[in-house]
Amino acid sequence: MNTQVVIKVENLRKTYGATIAVEDVSFEVMEGEIFGMVGPNGAGKTTTIECLEGLRKPDKGRLSVLGLDPQQESRELRRRTGIQLQESNIPEKMKVWEALDLYASFYPKTTNWQELLSQLGLEEKRNDSFSKLSGGQKQRLFIALALLPDPELIFLDELTTGLDPQARHAIWDLIRLVRDKGKTVLLTTHFMEEAERLCDRVAILDHGCIVALDTPQALIRSLGTGERVIFNLYETLTPGFEKALGTVGRIDVQGERITVDGSPSGSDSLVSDVVSLLTREKVRFHDLRTEQPNLEDVFLSLTGRKIRE
Amino acid sequence: MKNLIKMSWMEAKLFLREPIGAFFTLVFPLMMLFLFGTIYGNEPTAYFNGYGTVDVSVPAYTAMIIATTGLMGLVITMATYREKGVLRRLRTTPVHPLTILCAQVIVFFLMTLLGMVLLIIAGKLVYNMRFEGNILSVLAGFVLSCLSFFALGFILSSLLSTARTAQVVGMVILYPMLFLSGAGFPRELLPETVKKISTFLPLTYVVNLLRGLWIGESWNLHWSEVAFLSIMLVAGVLISVKLFRWE
Repeated sequence: MNTQVVIKVENLRKTYGATIAVEDVSFEVMEGEIFGMVGPNGAGKTTTIECLEGLRKPDKGRLSVLGLDPQQESRELRRRTGIQLQESNIPEKMKVWEALDLYASFYPKTTNWQELLSQLGLEEKRNDSFSKLSGGQKQRLFIALALLPDPELIFLDELTTGLDPQARHAIWDLIRLVRDKGKTVLLTTHFMEEAERLCDRVAILDHGCIVALDTPQALIRSLGTGERVIFNLYETLTPGFEKALGTVGRIDVQGERITVDGSPSGSDSLVSDVVSLLTREKVRFHDLRTEQPNLEDVFLSLTGRKIRE
Repeated sequence: MKNLIKMSWMEAKLFLREPIGAFFTLVFPLMMLFLFGTIYGNEPTAYFNGYGTVDVSVPAYTAMIIATTGLMGLVITMATYREKGVLRRLRTTPVHPLTILCAQVIVFFLMTLLGMVLLIIAGKLVYNMRFEGNILSVLAGFVLSCLSFFALGFILSSLLSTARTAQVVGMVILYPMLFLSGAGFPRELLPETVKKISTFLPLTYVVNLLRGLWIGESWNLHWSEVAFLSIMLVAGVLISVKLFRWE
């Protein structure tokens, strides 16, 4: 492929006092790509993105964003990027249209913000003050402000936090549309589904380091060809049947709900192994379904299940 | 330039939507004027060297507005913008930080000016206020006073991290100063010891300068006020540039 490197990060390190926020991170983002960073709280996602935006000064490492140094050439960089921060505000009494109108005056050229408002479902709110908006509406307004300058590169930190499923899907469509116009997107997210469905490549961060980086499909494949079968029993599990089931795969019992993880034996799939066992043992069951592993499983297997912070 | 105008216009609208700030800048001084005007009228008295209560109150209340906008309005706005991340959001755009600060100065200056103009109109129409100064001189003194107090406000807003503390500290500094400097009521009413304290208060210099220029006194009589306020302005700008923080 003949695409250009838009972001190049080499050995980024950033500490706050004794806390190491980013230990050693290197990656590249290509033009026209949606690149996602996922990771538990405190993994260093926001610090990394804010170093790239030029809002924080790295302790070590070389950064290049659109060929610019985010520290030295921040004004040029800000002209060419759109940024949505994890935490920020506009004045409470400012109206939606006023915010867009004001921010539009900062850039040499902008997209049509009336169009952005309707794409983000904020048309009816254009005359409302910022303080009257719901959390999701505020979030959509910030996304509108990030897309407003029609930037070459867009940073989105915690893109869809606080949004309902409708808004989330609408925003995914909008981001894909932006990517299809040749723009590059770097985002962080907590939603694995979002990373899996939206991102071309995903970096999983933990403790200030990248623990995995690939396309979502490749990351899932790296977990192995495992399958999962879930079903409910009408009666409690007998020890004999539990033992028989144990030969098919790893089992997890939550009351009547049984989860079997495993690989198919021979050419059959795990589900046919499980179903034939159920019929042979004459066990009555309902609501049987199968699941493929997803990015969330990859994430949990790499970063563990312990709650952070 | 275009975005400075746009931003100033936006900030002016926001100022007027904030009832408390607009009240203390535009309405409260008028209420004071009508209150004391009704009580004392505006007959010349020997007590005020042949001027009436309204004649001496309008420049003093102008000083009060300057102190209120500089030490409360500006400080609270900037501290709130910093605390809430409004400045942080602006920092992600190409807008120059000076544009943001200039817009604040322009808006608070114009609102202070509007407050003074309202006082003058009310004083003229209702109490037949005497004005013997030179308009340009008064304006020059007014501009110097505003800018030096705004500089002080910018320093305070950088030192105070939350809007809440900014409000408290602003009030603690402002209120005693209003009473002791002769801005809230004429300094002729103050006992001698208090007058001595008041020479340490920046607002006293504003009151003396504006009252003097109002009745046509020459700048020569007020070089100490001009020197004090100019030093405050220059030092204030230098320090606040040094202290400025986005977040």
